[in-house]
Amino acid sequence: MLVRFAPALAIAVLIGPVLAGIAGVALPAFGYLPALGGHVVSLAPWQRLLAEPGLATSVALSLWTGLASTLIATAIALLFVAAWSDTRAFVWMRRVLSPLLSLPHAAAALGLAFLISPSGWIVRLLSPWATGLDRPPDLLIVHDPAGLAMIAALVAKEVPFLLLMALAALPQTDAGRLSRVATGFGYGGIAGFAYAVLPRLYPQLRLPIFAVIAFATSTVEVALVLGPTTPAPLAVRLVDWMGDADLTRRFSASAGALLQVAVTAAALLAWLALERLVAVIGRGAIASGHRLRRDGPLRVLAAGLALLCAVMIGAGLAGLTVWSLAGVWRFPDALPTRWSLSAWTEASSGTGALVITTVAIALLATAAATLLTLACLENESRQGRAPGTRVLSLLYLPIIVPQVSFLFGLQVLLLAVGVRPSLAAVAFAHLVFVLPYVLLSLGDSWRAQDPRYARVAAALGASEIRIFWRVRLPMLLPAVLTAAAVGFAVSVGLYLPTLLIGAGRLPTVTTEAIALAAGGSRGLIGVMAVWQMLLPLAAFSLALAIPALRARRFAAAWRIAA
Amino acid sequence: MSAATTEGLILDTVEIRRGTETLLALSACIAPGETLSVMGPSGSGKSTLLACVAGFLAPPFSATGRIGLDGADLTALPAAVRRIGLLFQDPLLFPHLTAGGNVRFALPAGTARRERTGLVRTALAEVGLAGFEDRDPATLSGGEQARVAIARVLAARPRALLLDEPFSKLDAAMKDQIRALVFTTAAERRLPVLLVTHDPADAEAAGGRIVRLA
Repeated sequence: MLVRFAPALAIAVLIGPVLAGIAGVALPAFGYLPALGGHVVSLAPWQRLLAEPGLATSVALSLWTGLASTLIATAIALLFVAAWSDTRAFVWMRRVLSPLLSLPHAAAALGLAFLISPSGWIVRLLSPWATGLDRPPDLLIVHDPAGLAMIAALVAKEVPFLLLMALAALPQTDAGRLSRVATGFGYGGIAGFAYAVLPRLYPQLRLPIFAVIAFATSTVEVALVLGPTTPAPLAVRLVDWMGDADLTRRFSASAGALLQVAVTAAALLAWLALERLVAVIGRGAIASGHRLRRDGPLRVLAAGLALLCAVMIGAGLAGLTVWSLAGVWRFPDALPTRWSLSAWTEASSGTGALVITTVAIALLATAAATLLTLACLENESRQGRAPGTRVLSLLYLPIIVPQVSFLFGLQVLLLAVGVRPSLAAVAFAHLVFVLPYVLLSLGDSWRAQDPRYARVAAALGASEIRIFWRVRLPMLLPAVLTAAAVGFAVSVGLYLPTLLIGAGRLPTVTTEAIALAAGGSRGLIGVMAVWQMLLPLAAFSLALAIPALRARRFAAAWRIAA
Repeated sequence: MSAATTEGLILDTVEIRRGTETLLALSACIAPGETLSVMGPSGSGKSTLLACVAGFLAPPFSATGRIGLDGADLTALPAAVRRIGLLFQDPLLFPHLTAGGNVRFALPAGTARRERTGLVRTALAEVGLAGFEDRDPATLSGGEQARVAIARVLAARPRALLLDEPFSKLDAAMKDQIRALVFTTAAERRLPVLLVTHDPADAEAAGGRIVRLA
């Protein structure tokens, strides 16, 4: 009857580290951290924080890049759904975008950096015939002070996420019929969607959008690769301070971590205000009765933008792969003049250890998350009731509170109680982020299972345990494996939890890729990025292959019988 | 009527409520080999009655009264030990098991390993599916799936059968065959049968008493 305790355990895993982590920065932010000699409550950490040069610019950059990227990504995703749902283009786009979801942000950012940098593929393809350049131009495209490159990467990475979230929510909105009703009154496709479906779809997208805002306002890895540097967005500077050799800086870093929470909260509030504004405008538009029938150009635009996101990321990754195999690649050649495996072989000893660490952490976190998820869902089935929406929104807590804020507090707390950085500690930190995705991924399929199968089994005399092992689990095996692959991919892509809880001593392919981004060899960056693609790909391939093997065995048995 | 002394399936002043509203009230005694047909429109609580007898009643539903089977009081027992067979309108074969695997799943726990294969073969042969052991349920026709479901429910050696519109999804020709198979088998094995349906032809084929719900 251990499964009875699973929901409580899951909630503890989701909430405990976040609350502990926030407490772990809240105390030092006001001067209290006995381990570092802080015994007196004071405002000194805040004074020191506010005296940091360019702090206001850093805060503004975090807000600007976070809100702008979320707004653009949401607009593209919704416009695309409005214009193209129920078409073959949509099915095709879904296939193109789905794999991008499992790609770590770090790899996407590195790919884009390679694509748009002065010596990147775009300039190479245009040189020298169009630009006349035979040397990379001296332009600040990557790390531009306005954060445009960073916004572009965030948009390209979040459009697939929001699009697939919208897709998952669409069936519950009765979108097809509502749109057709609107079209019947003479409304254009996009207007019909906006007026009839969007008001029902949006509430289900709100939490995923909040997750995007939280990530975008506090990302470290994307900002390190593409973001402004003088000054950098707040989260990047926080990580610098947290790792500073001058330990007293931890106090002002803690204050900064709380400031980051406030910045993200402000961005969320700004979004809520924007929601209100859009709702008012939308009601006006509905009341006006304009049919907006000629939406052809807008539809083309929607498809073009969504495709651009896919192409940018795809081309960036292709470029990184080429770099990892390049021997000699001079500017402005579009391809290397000599190919070589040296980046792969040269790095082999070090890379092997990085891959093993990455896989070990991901396997531990994924196994724990999958077991806990199965226990929670099994308990739900036995109790015969699903959790309320309040409980479900707890799933988003670790995704909506800025990672950098609570992970630093967690690091401080763990050190204070004597937990050394270890594989297990990092895997536990990963579990906090992996669990929500595994639960979200498996929950819907689990609850969609016909409950009569379990009843039939029980009426045949099967115990609860037997029903789980022989009926529910095997019937849902494909969904369980997919959820585990999602968890694995999330873990591979995690940067900050590995860096902060591992104290830099347990590098993975993701942390190493970001570390190399600041001037490491492009070949090695390419190798790390390819590993970041390959590991999730391998996980998803296994998730597809295992149920297929079972199906083949079935087919073989039938041929013998027939 | 006392649940403790009578043979067959006994519903002793069973009353099912949704929240505080009474959905249905029924007392009945179904002798071994006899079928009681409960008829009523959808929403009248037919399926809820079966859930109650089988032991699956869940909130917002609740029930009072007692359920007895062959002299034992089942009211407080969990579904898995009631030994009441269930047939739904869908065959609900476990898709990850073969036809034989589905039947094998139902064999009582104590059955010796050596006996199992033979019992599965016999059970399938009895419903006219000799040699179907290794078939994937997905490759079977609707009628064949219904037969496997019958073989499976009988393999568990139930002491009563509950039928929830089990013929409604079969085409006309198949319906008669499957009906005949179910009712003759139940009569041969002297099982009390509780059938809920909205099809008068089902109740007629069952040949027993009919209770109509409002």
